[in-house]
Amino acid sequence: MEKKWEEMTPEERQEVLIQRWLSPKDPQGENLKFKTPEAEAEYKARVQRLVDAIQLKKVPDRVPVLPLPNMFPVYYYGITVQEAMYDYEKCFAAFKKFVLDFQPDATMGCMGPGPGRFYDLVDYKVYRWPGHGVGPNQCYQAVEDEYMKADEYDALVTDPTYYFLTVYFPRAFGSLKGLSLLSPPTYVLEFYPTFSAVHFIPFALPPVQEALKVMAEAGAEVLKWIQGVVGWNLEIMASGFPLLAGGGCKAPFDTVGDTLRGTKGIIIDMYRQPEKVLKAVEALVPIMIKMGSEAAKQNGVPLVFMPLHKGADGFMSDQQFKTFYWPTLKKVILGLIEEGCIPFLVAEGGFNSRLEVIKDLPKGKVVWMFDQTDMAQAKKTLGDSACIAGNVPTDLLAVGTPEQVKEYVKKLIDTCADGGGFILTNGAFFDEAKPENVKTMVEFAKEYGVYR
Amino acid sequence: MDLVEAIADLREEEALKIVKDRLSAGEDPLKILEEARQGLEIVGNRFASGEYFIPDLIYSGEIMKQITEIVKPLISQTTQVKKLGKVVIGTVAGDIHDIGKNIVVFMLEVNGFEVYDLGVDVPPERFVEKIKETGAPILGLSGFLTLAFDSMKRTIEALKEAGLRDKVKVMIGGGQVTDEVRKYTGADAYGKDAMAAVSLAKAWVGAS
Repeated sequence: MEKKWEEMTPEERQEVLIQRWLSPKDPQGENLKFKTPEAEAEYKARVQRLVDAIQLKKVPDRVPVLPLPNMFPVYYYGITVQEAMYDYEKCFAAFKKFVLDFQPDATMGCMGPGPGRFYDLVDYKVYRWPGHGVGPNQCYQAVEDEYMKADEYDALVTDPTYYFLTVYFPRAFGSLKGLSLLSPPTYVLEFYPTFSAVHFIPFALPPVQEALKVMAEAGAEVLKWIQGVVGWNLEIMASGFPLLAGGGCKAPFDTVGDTLRGTKGIIIDMYRQPEKVLKAVEALVPIMIKMGSEAAKQNGVPLVFMPLHKGADGFMSDQQFKTFYWPTLKKVILGLIEEGCIPFLVAEGGFNSRLEVIKDLPKGKVVWMFDQTDMAQAKKTLGDSACIAGNVPTDLLAVGTPEQVKEYVKKLIDTCADGGGFILTNGAFFDEAKPENVKTMVEFAKEYGVYR
Repeated sequence: MDLVEAIADLREEEALKIVKDRLSAGEDPLKILEEARQGLEIVGNRFASGEYFIPDLIYSGEIMKQITEIVKPLISQTTQVKKLGKVVIGTVAGDIHDIGKNIVVFMLEVNGFEVYDLGVDVPPERFVEKIKETGAPILGLSGFLTLAFDSMKRTIEALKEAGLRDKVKVMIGGGQVTDEVRKYTGADAYGKDAMAAVSLAKAWVGAS
């Protein structure tokens, strides 16, 4: 008789998720049919290689190699970003070609460009995308703003869901302004039936109905797109390539800083109203844990992707990092581990001054992907406790030569791979790059990274 | 109470109170602004020495903004302060990232440069126009994305086509910018951080 999830230890939960990662199912719940026995063997070897590198219990057969692109597959395939965002089939074909040509040990999937028509329908204010503020062949870019005002921390903390739905959504999505009129669902109680009834009045108001109509249409568009994504995932897995991440979430400080207040807003708040910032990041901890772990469990892949932004070197002092950034990030990491997940922490920028602080985590449970951090120092400080990954520079992939890439990869493996616990990746997700450089990074690392 | 020190130590309320008190006591607003600038200069120095970080810089800018708002309406004539030199700067076409660029602007300004900040997503021709208009001998190009490398290259080519290349020193910087990128774009120099931008600019105007 199988144990229930609630009764399992975190180790048992992780084992369940790893087993599901090793033996993926199709949508009917049957074992996925691989294209060839070789594809199946390769798939399992790839997952095992990553698991070995992460858990630090065993040295893998070779250093896992993950070229992690942003829009590169789109350029490489010869279509524009705009085409990839609006013609889903072309997008899927581009990302498939990338995987088949570059043979990564796992893939972040084909979701990067996303469903363009959704952004149009909801009038997404948080991004500019091709045809809406940036050129046809450029990646979408985030527009920082104070989507949450300085005096709204109490409203956020009291009821984050209601705040997001009725304050954040109307500001983030031009077509959803009507949602600001909704009543809190938590007012609908067993009290007097009439009191429940009155909270449905907003649904009769034209702005709300307009918003709901847009949401239904936008949702249908995303559903159409995600069906293609699921098909893509199954085909890629059947060809021998595991998915890298099952879900994603953010550091609570970044959720407030990137999503709600903007860089300047949250920085000023750290000085003017530090207590409010601390309460807000604390309130977001369980939400972030749930966001990451539920998706990972649903998708049967234990890794949870966590891009980290405002904790980088220079972006705050060590004291601010220890006060505002790390405590709640650590809680999210530990919460994910508790659920059997493996946080895949993408430390963008440099993390040199943070290494001593972030090593305070259980052994073999996370991956730190570094961008511009000193990798020798990272290996020295974290090598005994965590798998590290990174840091082939994107500028080198864009303007360097294959010889230079080879040299860099060799040095990186010499520095970091000793004893396992290392995954070779680029430092930041790349758009423009010379295909021969990406190819060299992958092929040379696979050859040179074999443990003997 | 010392305004320079209050700003340098980021004591917002105290700094604003000093400004208001001294204005109501009839003090020359220009003198107050000059002291505020000295406070920011200390902030800049502390940032350069690694004692202060980006948040301190941004917060000091916010304090300065409020002081300027209080003081500005009281200033009748504009006085010319002697500047080290002019710099035109902006984030290149296709890229809308500006945190790093804003820090460079801040550091150049507190170090005595007259900075023309063109903002983000700036097409090559606008840089060229501004260089023509101001006669600035220095151009700073910022970019965070790899796509910015090509925009930087195109901007420098546009400068060449306008016959201005030998009159202007070009420095580039941003997230993934290295010496390899400098070679690719044809810039004169690249800087890893805002302090590098200040030293380059000072060297180019012969002020270092």
